[in-house]
Amino acid sequence: MSGGERKTDLCAMAPAAYGTRIALAHGGGGQLTDELLESSILPHLGNDLLNEMLDSAILPQTPGRLAFTIDGYVVQPLKFPGGDIGRLAVSGTVNDLAVCGARPLGLALSLILAEGLEKKILEEVMASIAATAAEAGVHVVTGDTKVVGRGQADGMYITTAGIGMISGQGPHPRRVKTGDVIILSGSIADHGLAVMLAREMPQMHSALRSDVAPLNKMIETLMKRIATVAFMRDPTRGGLAGAAADLARRTGLHVVLEEEKILVRPETQHAAQMLGLDPLEVANEGKVLIVVPEADAAGALAALGDDPRGVDARVIGRVEARTDGVCELHTRLGGRRILQKPYGEQLPRIC
Amino acid sequence: MKTAAINSQASTAMSAALSPQESIARLRAAAARLGRHANFMEVCGTHTVSVFRSGLHSLMPDNVTLLSGPGCPVCVTSQGDIDQLVELALRKDVTLCTYGDMIRVTGATGSLEGARGQGADVRVLYSALDAVKIAIAEPRRQVVFAAVGFETTTPATAAAILEADRLFLGNFTALTSHKVIMPAMRALLEGGSSTGKLINVDGFLCPGHVAVILGAAAFRPVVENYGKACVIAGFEPEQIAAAMALLVEMVADGKPVLANAYPQAVSEEGNTVAWGLVQKVFEPCPSYWRGLGVLPDSGLGLRAPYTRYDARIRFELGTPGNREPAGCRCGDVITGRATPAECRLFGNVCTPIRAIGPCMVSSEGTCQAWFKYQRVSKEGKP
Amino acid sequence: MCLAVPAKLVTCDGTNGVADLHGNRVEVSTLLVPGVKQGDWVLVHAGFAIQKLEEDEAQETFALLGDMAKAAGKEAAASVAAERGFSATTRPDTRKGGSK
Repeated sequence: MSGGERKTDLCAMAPAAYGTRIALAHGGGGQLTDELLESSILPHLGNDLLNEMLDSAILPQTPGRLAFTIDGYVVQPLKFPGGDIGRLAVSGTVNDLAVCGARPLGLALSLILAEGLEKKILEEVMASIAATAAEAGVHVVTGDTKVVGRGQADGMYITTAGIGMISGQGPHPRRVKTGDVIILSGSIADHGLAVMLAREMPQMHSALRSDVAPLNKMIETLMKRIATVAFMRDPTRGGLAGAAADLARRTGLHVVLEEEKILVRPETQHAAQMLGLDPLEVANEGKVLIVVPEADAAGALAALGDDPRGVDARVIGRVEARTDGVCELHTRLGGRRILQKPYGEQLPRIC
Repeated sequence: MKTAAINSQASTAMSAALSPQESIARLRAAAARLGRHANFMEVCGTHTVSVFRSGLHSLMPDNVTLLSGPGCPVCVTSQGDIDQLVELALRKDVTLCTYGDMIRVTGATGSLEGARGQGADVRVLYSALDAVKIAIAEPRRQVVFAAVGFETTTPATAAAILEADRLFLGNFTALTSHKVIMPAMRALLEGGSSTGKLINVDGFLCPGHVAVILGAAAFRPVVENYGKACVIAGFEPEQIAAAMALLVEMVADGKPVLANAYPQAVSEEGNTVAWGLVQKVFEPCPSYWRGLGVLPDSGLGLRAPYTRYDARIRFELGTPGNREPAGCRCGDVITGRATPAECRLFGNVCTPIRAIGPCMVSSEGTCQAWFKYQRVSKEGKP
Repeated sequence: MCLAVPAKLVTCDGTNGVADLHGNRVEVSTLLVPGVKQGDWVLVHAGFAIQKLEEDEAQETFALLGDMAKAAGKEAAASVAAERGFSATTRPDTRKGGSK
């Protein structure tokens, strides 16, 4: 633990000096860090495991195989219509576990805070993490807080690792077969465009909302009812185009998507036009791409439709026999074009 | 066929009477009647992107080709203009204002987005008037507006300059790279020493929103003086398909005319108020076009009473250079003389990540469109 | 670059208007289309209304297109169009300058 030698000075300073903003000392691992945890973090996130505050969280023994994932969250701005970095930090990691067929067991949260960040913002993000974790039925069981100098970390970076359990056979690209259909749980591009618009044109009053949400409950329902789910993916960075092109590449099969079946909200389409972006390439944080045998499509749609997050689920494409690893789009006009993973960083700092 | 129902989605409702399937069927029937190969050209970057995204190329009969012409304002402009914008953005006293789709365009020294990452004050606007508002709100900043675009966009710049002048603002300037399309169309049809051989084009898909401003009449000389078919089209895939059907039918029937397939927005005389503002603030000047060289009266420069709002004068920048990167065939591509696949650099050395020329840099560039939507390598395979 | 979208003017005060584009509210200047008023449909490009639109007119376009193609000639197209009370390449004059 560092910073111990300065403890007396810090304690001697008027509390008001550290009242409303994060200071470097809050990351020192000393009493001020404890105070920060007590005042701003634990009240929101606290649970039996976390409250023990050991160096590691000891999880109960669980049967099945473990799934393990990690993601960094560097979104700007920290708050955007429909969510914030906290909601993103839980949803993104929970969804990465869920699409592999894993039930989330616990999250580890690493916070890197910038000196000068308002405590109020930190607390709002913590409340958001708590609410989203509750929605997902998972706890933050361990964490770490560091503080870096003013101007670094753009306020806050969060890294979330998640551990989950898979019982039975999980989805995997090798289970995808010719003739399978591709289902998308709802509209595309809402998250990336909501964030981009909030960042680039904050003066615009928009109906756009990020779709950021944990989908594990919806996916759990789906997998309980449909044992044949072959593969799932959340189309985050790279958008639907990236996820579909990747599916084609990994399976070596030919993927066809039908443009008319892909839902794009009008306000999202308009924002995309203004920013010169293609909705197919924009990140989603509350959607899942699902591959199932054709015979189970209706059942899968019904299962998804039972969850409010899946009411707009549709079959948007299929896997065809050609072994070329190519993904193509059948356009509204009746034409065809290749869909590729976007080549570069069109949308920085959206997740 | 007046319909009683009012459809609030005016743009997509326009295609109600002629379905895409009908348009394609008619296009193919006319092409079969044609008995030869026909080339058509669009001259608007937004048409380029719309055509590629819609998959229209995959539906065209073998004897009809739709070429992309010099319609991408970034592609036809000297890369030096982008470099000047970046240079200005990096000045500590400058607030650089730009439209959203310009921030990722890269010149020799990087992009405006890159400059922003280095601490430059770069702001994305929806309207040119926002730049004036910023200048009023922040009198200590030198606000520079990146004014790029063809006739559709120029009236906005004119309005902004007039507003700045009304208030006699001392901290507002525009770096203007506005061009007009007709001289380029004439140059394509006439050829000349700098353009090499003539392009054989039977007709043009004319830019609908340029026509909103200039009027349908602006394209009539192409029909009357050169005998080429012209159809003014909107930008939805259904509208473009219908316009292409009409173009091929005209050529197949040997009766090239000017047709307005976007009459709900385009009138014969255009928006005379808008173009009047442009003529008040700007005057024609020679301008350099990639692939076409310097064309007289093809650019728009600020008239004398408004030169105090010229960023090049305020910041003492010279005329931007006309660097042509070695091996880049952008000029040939945008004049329809070569396809991107015929450029040695395409797809291997020159990609959207490491773009050599502006046709790959710009989101409306022909090379970028080929790369993203067709990815046809030299071997012709996806 | 040339993207312009139809939108309804929800407010209009002098040349300061607000257009609703599918739930995105954008400030638009009506400087280039004098005479438009609240409730009118306009074509919006980069923060400016550049043309006044008539909703119902949109439906006529492609019907006209069908006829024009058959006519295969400027004069023929004009006469066919005239029968429909609509000029082949000209919008009715009532829309000139945007005033009703």
